[in-house]
Amino acid sequence: MGNKGIIRLTSLGAAIAWIILFFSDLTILFSDTKGLASDIPLWVPRVMLDLYVIFLYYHYKFRIEKDENLSFTDLLWKVFATGLIVTVVSLSLRLVIFLLGNTPLPGHILFGDFVYLINLGLFLSFLIAAYTCWKRLIVYHKSKWLIRTWRFFEFLLLFILVYDSFQIVLNEGVFIALNIILALVALVLSANMKWVAYLNFKQKWTSLLLLLLTFFYLGYFFYTVTRQSDIISAESTSFLDFRSHIFNISLFGFVIMYSIFSFLVIMFNLPTSSVFEQKLEEVVNFQRISQSIQTEQNEESVYNILLESSVNSVFADAAWLEIKGSNHESRLFSYQISEKDALEITNHIKTKNIKGVLDQGSDKTRNLSHYLASIKGGRYRSVLAFPILVKGESIGTLALLKELPEGFTKEMTRIISTFANQAGISIENFRLMEEAFQTERYKEELKIARTVQKSLLPQKLEQDPQYDIAAFSQSADEVGGDYYDTLRISDHEVALIIADVSGKGTTAAFHMSQMKGIFHSLAQHQLDPKEFMVRANMALKHCLERGSFISATYFAIDTQAKKIRYARAGHCPVLYYYAVTKSTEFLKDRGTALGMIKTKEYGNFIDMNEFSYAPGDIMVLYTDGITEAKDNKGEEFDYVRLEQTVIEVTDKSSREIQEHLIKRLHDYSGTDEINDDYTTMIVKFL
Amino acid sequence: MVHIKRLQESGNDLIAIIGEIDASSSIELDLTIAKSVGEGFTKILVDCSALEYISSAGLGVFMSYIEEFKDKNIQMVLFGMKGKVANTFSILGLADLLHICTSKEEAKRLVDELSV
Repeated sequence: MGNKGIIRLTSLGAAIAWIILFFSDLTILFSDTKGLASDIPLWVPRVMLDLYVIFLYYHYKFRIEKDENLSFTDLLWKVFATGLIVTVVSLSLRLVIFLLGNTPLPGHILFGDFVYLINLGLFLSFLIAAYTCWKRLIVYHKSKWLIRTWRFFEFLLLFILVYDSFQIVLNEGVFIALNIILALVALVLSANMKWVAYLNFKQKWTSLLLLLLTFFYLGYFFYTVTRQSDIISAESTSFLDFRSHIFNISLFGFVIMYSIFSFLVIMFNLPTSSVFEQKLEEVVNFQRISQSIQTEQNEESVYNILLESSVNSVFADAAWLEIKGSNHESRLFSYQISEKDALEITNHIKTKNIKGVLDQGSDKTRNLSHYLASIKGGRYRSVLAFPILVKGESIGTLALLKELPEGFTKEMTRIISTFANQAGISIENFRLMEEAFQTERYKEELKIARTVQKSLLPQKLEQDPQYDIAAFSQSADEVGGDYYDTLRISDHEVALIIADVSGKGTTAAFHMSQMKGIFHSLAQHQLDPKEFMVRANMALKHCLERGSFISATYFAIDTQAKKIRYARAGHCPVLYYYAVTKSTEFLKDRGTALGMIKTKEYGNFIDMNEFSYAPGDIMVLYTDGITEAKDNKGEEFDYVRLEQTVIEVTDKSSREIQEHLIKRLHDYSGTDEINDDYTTMIVKFL
Repeated sequence: MVHIKRLQESGNDLIAIIGEIDASSSIELDLTIAKSVGEGFTKILVDCSALEYISSAGLGVFMSYIEEFKDKNIQMVLFGMKGKVANTFSILGLADLLHICTSKEEAKRLVDELSV
């Protein structure tokens, strides 16, 4: 069953209980006045009263206690509104009686009981509503102890309620003790006034007013039911006298006690409430500064929040925040002061060399009014300034101004100091985050570059029955520009290239793709290697930025003539193994890297060579990542080790030679992850 | 890490490179040369005797000035290179484009000859 269902059910229960109570009590009273024995047992009205109370208790429990959205003033408002409704009902009843005038009806005892019972029902309903609200206020700051005390209190009330109805006879002493305990517990509970602290000034006034009206309702009802029961009891005692129910008295006593306590506490809290509110606002402002980092888009917002919060916290008449930017320029965020005035004050402080204002430390509450008064037309008599530090470096100054001399207290100094510190931290965090974003973006870029670079390397090498070819390339985290490729020019001609683009990162990958384009377009024209390089240089000179170049070696293998023509443009000299003489040679022909000479003269700086190959000859193309790989002592792998490594396995296939070389390299450097690009292409003639 | 010193000697601007030139330290080398050019020196000597290593980025710096020097008639001579560093220059073909000597005296003589 939902809350609404319970609320309806309980109100129905309460109504039924009250109706039974109403008729049974009237019947008993009627029988009594006529001197007849009543058919209805005397306990019926009393038990019905209990049921009425219990139903109402649950009714309000579900209506008020379970409603999470109610604020403190809402609760007081609920009490007030309930009071208003019941009072209006009661007053209209009075009006009816008044209109009836001198007719015999109002004087009749049964009518008196009728009115009394209605008023009692309304009164109890109001009391229980107030009780439920007070409960929520009391247990606002929940603690184990408080909850236990409250349970005990409710248990006592329930006991008294049952006790009243069944008239369990207890020893007088025990009974008095019970009442004293109840009163003490109620007193202890009534001391729980923490909620008052959370009210702001306006809410406190509202609360006082609502409580005052609540007193009025309580007084009115108490007076009404007491008077009416007085009148009835003068004629007969056989009616439900609420005073004979200790529960009713206790409940009334508790509700009025807590109301009085609340009223007094709120009243005494009024003068200090502005201070408390101020404190609260400081906390909120402080939080805003610290959170600005997560929510705001830029440093500017942090500055604005800092300025605003500071001004609000110390009631400054004017303020400015000067932020030093790069290149010694500074930006000024100001509040109620022109840039010119702010500058004037700063200059004044600087020229007069007033200590302890714009620098850190020292007593900030010092009276500076006579210094400030010497500014022509200056309105301000006190100033409070703090540097904003980021990583121990001052990035700006926060200055607050007041027209009163000695306008800043030590307390305020501390707050502003905290604000300034927090703003510094926020800005620092902000900058760190920005950096992290940049790094992340850079990493993402590198990832793309690496993918591009990988895709530029050939999936398959051009095969030929005359040779056996294998290649290997590994790139570093930073992405370099190692490139190798093969292209069949005709049925007996194949072009090979190995190149290394200077620089790293995306630009290197970009240049590498240009080199690939150049290779694939120029190689098709069956150019001789020198011509290839001259044209490649022409093509690249406009593409490469200042300081960038590409080293390359280009081979044209003619399998019909068994001849190799090649040109070396600044690339690592190719290692050649002659099977016939079992000797090796580095092909160190003259040649300048592509992009170094941007004129037509380039042809004068590169040579071409040609030689015949024999079966068993091995050609090892590589990039400087191989020869420059270092061991743990920092010594390079170098040409000699490369040569030795190849000599060891001259009878093996290209693939095996390549694997051997890479293994040697890894063994030498002591790691499988050399942080450089290293590439090799091995051709073995068959 | 690199340390670059500048010293003026009888109208020559002497730039001494101590340490290694890699991608990041090449910026410093670039700035130093640019400064020297900016100050109007037409005879620049580069002392490479304490240069332990030079990466392609560092070589790119020297390369990037070739045309500018030709246009402005500035002479630059490098001297005192260690074997490995010299090899790096020669493999790239930069040895043909730059003036490289073994000793400082030789370099001074060459720069004077070239300036005439």
